[in-house]
Amino acid sequence: MRREPPQTPGDYAPLLFPAAMLTIFFVVPFGTMIAVSFFQRQQGGFYTPAFVFDNYARFLSAFFGGVLGFSLMLAITVAICCVVLALPFTYMLTRMSRKVQVVWLVALLSILSLSEVIIGFAWSTLFSRTAGITNILVALGIMAEAKALTPSFGAVLTGMVYQAFPYTVLVLFPALVRLDPTLTEAARTLGASPLKAFFTVVVPALRNTITATLIMVFIFALGSYLLPQLLGRPQHWTLSVLITDQAIYQSNMPFAAAMAVFLVLVTLGLVALTVIAGRKGEAA
Amino acid sequence: MITTSIKRRTLLGAGLAGASMLAMPSILRAQDKSLKVGVYGGYFKDSFDKNIFPEFTKATGIAIESIAEPTGEAWLVQLEQAARAGQAPADVSMMSQVAMLKGQATDLWTPIDTAKIKNASNLLDRFVNKYPDGRIAGIGAVSWYITLVTNTDVYKEAPTSWSAFWDPANADKLGLLALVSNSFLLEVTAKTFMGGTNALDTEEGLLKAFEKLAEVKPNVRLWYRDEAQFEQSLKSGEIPMGQYYHDVTGLAAADGHPVRSTFPKEGGIQDSGCWALSRASQKSEEAHIFIDYMCQPSIQATLSRKVGTSPTVKREVTDLTDKEFASVSSDIEPIIPRYDLYQTKSDWLNQKWTELIVG
Repeated sequence: MRREPPQTPGDYAPLLFPAAMLTIFFVVPFGTMIAVSFFQRQQGGFYTPAFVFDNYARFLSAFFGGVLGFSLMLAITVAICCVVLALPFTYMLTRMSRKVQVVWLVALLSILSLSEVIIGFAWSTLFSRTAGITNILVALGIMAEAKALTPSFGAVLTGMVYQAFPYTVLVLFPALVRLDPTLTEAARTLGASPLKAFFTVVVPALRNTITATLIMVFIFALGSYLLPQLLGRPQHWTLSVLITDQAIYQSNMPFAAAMAVFLVLVTLGLVALTVIAGRKGEAA
Repeated sequence: MITTSIKRRTLLGAGLAGASMLAMPSILRAQDKSLKVGVYGGYFKDSFDKNIFPEFTKATGIAIESIAEPTGEAWLVQLEQAARAGQAPADVSMMSQVAMLKGQATDLWTPIDTAKIKNASNLLDRFVNKYPDGRIAGIGAVSWYITLVTNTDVYKEAPTSWSAFWDPANADKLGLLALVSNSFLLEVTAKTFMGGTNALDTEEGLLKAFEKLAEVKPNVRLWYRDEAQFEQSLKSGEIPMGQYYHDVTGLAAADGHPVRSTFPKEGGIQDSGCWALSRASQKSEEAHIFIDYMCQPSIQATLSRKVGTSPTVKREVTDLTDKEFASVSSDIEPIIPRYDLYQTKSDWLNQKWTELIVG
């Protein structure tokens, strides 16, 4: 089919519905949130419309800076772990027979059907002292005594990587399937080992896909709110947890909104930086 | 072609009319006498649905639609937002004391007319929630205790004082509530080490309490928002000590789990919920009948027996035996939370508290 640029205003009609949906369900709520972030908090009550910077001023402190820094660091770590694990896995998956692929993909999709609550409770049981995996290690004689692996940073990271892994595979899968097999064949013919071919041919060829996947997992992980609570100590709580505390438990909507707006801005900034850096790298 | 499509449409129309005619009487009846009541979701709602609401409907002819509300202030936020739009997700709701004060600030609660509530005289004074100008904002619904709970397999002897939380021997063994406004640990600290909750009157006193409380941090394994998370760990012995609800712990012990609830010598924390009527509700009449019904000594006694709550009416008007009373309450003077602080200083307390546990 030949693609033609739209000729008349009528050609834009199919865009109306998605544009309306986007406006109603994204632009309007987000605008409301920005507006509320400038409202005056009424302690012991709710809020009154105003235009004050108090909520942003409260956020600009070493304490919240630390929490924001931790949230970003956690999300970046989750993104890197997921891509490092999923890239070789998906690459090998695309080399397998159709039947095996389907079984794996269905298994991964079924993980997506699990709620965050179930994932969190399952991992906290697996990491517990009384019923966890260390008991197996004790039975095998590898460990002397069962111990609790949660709450800890490792537990939070494991839970979040587990949750984001299927998404990562599903995003990488189409690009890897479309990857021209003759590229690696050529590398092999020229004497590269399979490992070398993977790192010098497959990875560079997929650079844009990998960047996009990193960004997607990063944003996905940044919103995580339940797993840090279930598997971590308070110092592992993300900004999302504190936003929820303010919005739900303190009924401080303006401050919660200000924190959320700040989080969105920092996220967009980081994504923009990544994209710009990627373009520069391409030009060089 | 045309005839069949008409036929089909006529059939559809007739079907719709028939269905709506069938549905109409029940809609009318529901609108006539019904009340939407918000109750804490889970155990509370299940117990009320089973033990209280059917009897109420039988006695008064008012149908109850019970609504599971989240604990904490989430429900207050929803009620407030809805009331601004003229909606009432529930007519009467069970609200925490802090939520009552916050709702008062925006006139969210319709004042209750005690002339219509003949059982109001049975209530203990502290269970009548008043606006600053004396109008009645809410009436005590249930009260409960948060006590010192332990796993009996891990702790053969029951601890006797809240100071057990500060014992270095309990490192990494405690499960405590995660919010300043629902754990009431400042009050516990003040009562245990500072001579009473009046020590929290000044900012200086509060800072001293925070300082003392900071010593507990190394002992805490879990700061929980979600009750299920702690209860499970307490039963399994994963987290063998903490603060939890007296009634729920008693039920778990009765089910054979190795847990116990202890009233420390400084007293258990007595928290309570009020029945409050949203200003957006059109069902003031039914709401008063409902609240009056709930204030009867016999209903409060039923709640103690079946739900495990402590009565909001004077003990002597109920027919609870000593044993029944002990299973829901205690004669040790309770620690009454300083709800006023969570309204007047809520942001400051919340900030200090978050820095204390997260920092």
